[in-house]
Amino acid sequence: MRIWKDAGHLIRLALLLGMLVVAFLVIRRAVIPEGFGRYGHFRPAALEDVRAHPIHFAGRAACEACHPDVMELKQKGKHAGLSCEACHGPLAKHAEDPEVKPVLPKVVALCSRCHEANSARPKWFPQVNTKEHSGGESCEACHKPHKPKFGE
Amino acid sequence: MQEVLHGVEGFMYPDEVELQWSLLIVLYPYITGLVAGAFILASLERVFKVEAVKPTYRLALLTALAFLIVAPLPLQLHLGHPERSFEMYLTPHRTSAMAMFGFVYLWYLMVVLLLEIWLDYRKEIVILSKSKTGVMKWVYKAMTLGSDNISPGALRVDDRVGYVITVIGIPSAFLLHGYVGFIFGSVKANPWWSSPLMPIVFIFSAMVSGIAAVLVIYVATTLLRKEQVDMRCLDTIARYLFYAFVIDFSLELLDLVHRIYEADESFHTLDFMVHTRLYVSQIVIQIFLGTIVPLLLLAATQLARFQEAARRRIYLAASVLTLAGIFAMRWNVVIGGQLFSKSFLGYTNYKLEFATREGLLPAIALLILPFLILWGLVKLLPPWPSKEAAA
Ligand code: HEC
Ligand code: HEC
Ligand code: HEC
Ligand code: HEC
Repeated sequence: MRIWKDAGHLIRLALLLGMLVVAFLVIRRAVIPEGFGRYGHFRPAALEDVRAHPIHFAGRAACEACHPDVMELKQKGKHAGLSCEACHGPLAKHAEDPEVKPVLPKVVALCSRCHEANSARPKWFPQVNTKEHSGGESCEACHKPHKPKFGE
Repeated sequence: MQEVLHGVEGFMYPDEVELQWSLLIVLYPYITGLVAGAFILASLERVFKVEAVKPTYRLALLTALAFLIVAPLPLQLHLGHPERSFEMYLTPHRTSAMAMFGFVYLWYLMVVLLLEIWLDYRKEIVILSKSKTGVMKWVYKAMTLGSDNISPGALRVDDRVGYVITVIGIPSAFLLHGYVGFIFGSVKANPWWSSPLMPIVFIFSAMVSGIAAVLVIYVATTLLRKEQVDMRCLDTIARYLFYAFVIDFSLELLDLVHRIYEADESFHTLDFMVHTRLYVSQIVIQIFLGTIVPLLLLAATQLARFQEAARRRIYLAASVLTLAGIFAMRWNVVIGGQLFSKSFLGYTNYKLEFATREGLLPAIALLILPFLILWGLVKLLPPWPSKEAAA
């Protein structure tokens, strides 16, 4: 049993490592959230947390129910594919209570966001050099935001 | 919009304009590479019985430890919330290569490096725990784990176990750094990274950088202690540096030739990138200054006979250039892989900031930190026969 006597320090080391592993397992039990992994690699309560976030966007269907005129106009134009809130911003509060008046978008800044000429944009996408193109006038002097193609 | 797009050429998808992986992510493979390389050099002495490199054995182990302690810091600084990294162990994510790296790291730190260093130093620790006074006595006492058995039998056991650990340690060191290469090489959406050669190239470049780092640290510490540099040791290290470098260079050439000949749809984009945005860091620093020049310098010392002082200078110059070259290689992998659009139609720019969380300043601090740790480790566990003991 000489070997055990001379390996005494290794046994101590093994015990120390064993204690660390046990401590780790105890901590693990204590801190892993309830039901972790039930639906995937996350804690199930996260779903509740996410659901508790306030809703900011009402969705296009809601807007169209109360603004059928705008919807009809828009459907015939080039902007038919755009969602109302893509331009108007999140308006869930307004959709719930129309008394909450939405702030109308700043036209030139809004239109330039999508239409300012830029070589990184796909070639097929309609784009203009806004300053030269509008001659300083606001876009809606010539284009209807909801049905923008000129002359339509 | 126009400010954001500054430096963008052609077409980029919106999420590609700004680089997500910064200079800190360049440091991460660089530092882990130094760890793996230093360890492999140490194992040369232990497993392959290369007696000549013995003077650097312990120094290489401590260097590996110092850099290993720092290795996760750039990642944590990049991600934020360092306290969350522990969750990687609590709820292991088995399908995520990045998350599993935590286990590779832990294995290497706990099972390989710390154990090997402890076994190798046990005799000194026991002696120091008896000769020191004050706080340090207790520090050493704690490190003995309460056993002061340093009989020849016990030391023989240490030697055996230490040998086994080194043998396990070599594939572990390959795993540690091969894994880093794997993380990049397995990103199949990115043609600059996606290559099964990546882990192998990473391993050999790790060996190159680690050996070069130990060589520089060895010469520097020896001169600082006003001791004689062991030329037989230095010649041997330099020879291994040369061999590892030749393999590394051939692998990278193989990768290059393969890409050129295959010339898949990404080739022109990548080729253009290397000749424009990566010209200085890839062609000038990585390939010319960081690979060809040190290779020629090392080859010269193998072929011709130089005076000792000249050899020492050549080795040092070659090592420093190598370290810069490998750093450039990590840079080109990490940053280069994000400069082009996955549409292959455009390029963006990386703007390095200075005193921000991911800027140049923290990166420099993270590169200095391992040396401070090494200094502490050397004080704690002197890697050379101490003058104190002799006196
Ligand atoms: C419950 C019905 C309802 C819903 C849903 C609704 N609105 Fe309204 N909205 C109104 C009423 C009522 C007004 C006020 C009309 C007026 O004053 O002429 C109005 C006014 C507006 C105005 C004009 C404000 C102004 O200053 O002229 C905008 C813009 C508007 N709504 C956008 C939207 C958008 C976008 C949505 C979808 C997120 C939406 N609305 C959903 C009822 C609704
Ligand atoms: C291309 C962006 C865009 C989209 C998409 C859009 N709007 Fe508008 N809308 C505007 C702009 C710009 C104004 C304000 C014009 C102004 O200031 O004169 C406006 C004004 C309005 C007004 C105020 C009165 C009016 O009719 O001019 C209402 C109501 C309105 N939008 C509702 C909607 C609804 C509902 C939708 C979705 C069916 C929608 N908008 C989609 C840009 C848009
Ligand atoms: C959210 C992005 C977006 C915004 C904001 C936007 N547009 Fe558009 N616009 C589009 C898209 C998408 C089209 C359709 C392109 C197509 O399918 O050809 C379009 C088409 C057009 C066209 C028709 C071009 C043609 O000849 O086919 C005009 C004109 C236009 N927009 C003007 C405007 C004006 C004026 C504004 C500001 C009130 C504006 N747009 C705001 C996305 C936008
Ligand atoms: C003075 C009137 C006028 C104003 C103001 C104006 N436009 Fe136009 N716009 C036109 C006319 C006319 C056309 C159609 C002829 C053409 O394609 O040039 C047009 C076409 C466009 C087109 C389609 C170009 C294409 O390639 O198909 C876009 C996009 C556009 N305008 C955006 C804007 C934006 C954004 C603004 C505001 C910054 C604006 N316009 C202001 C008159 C105007």
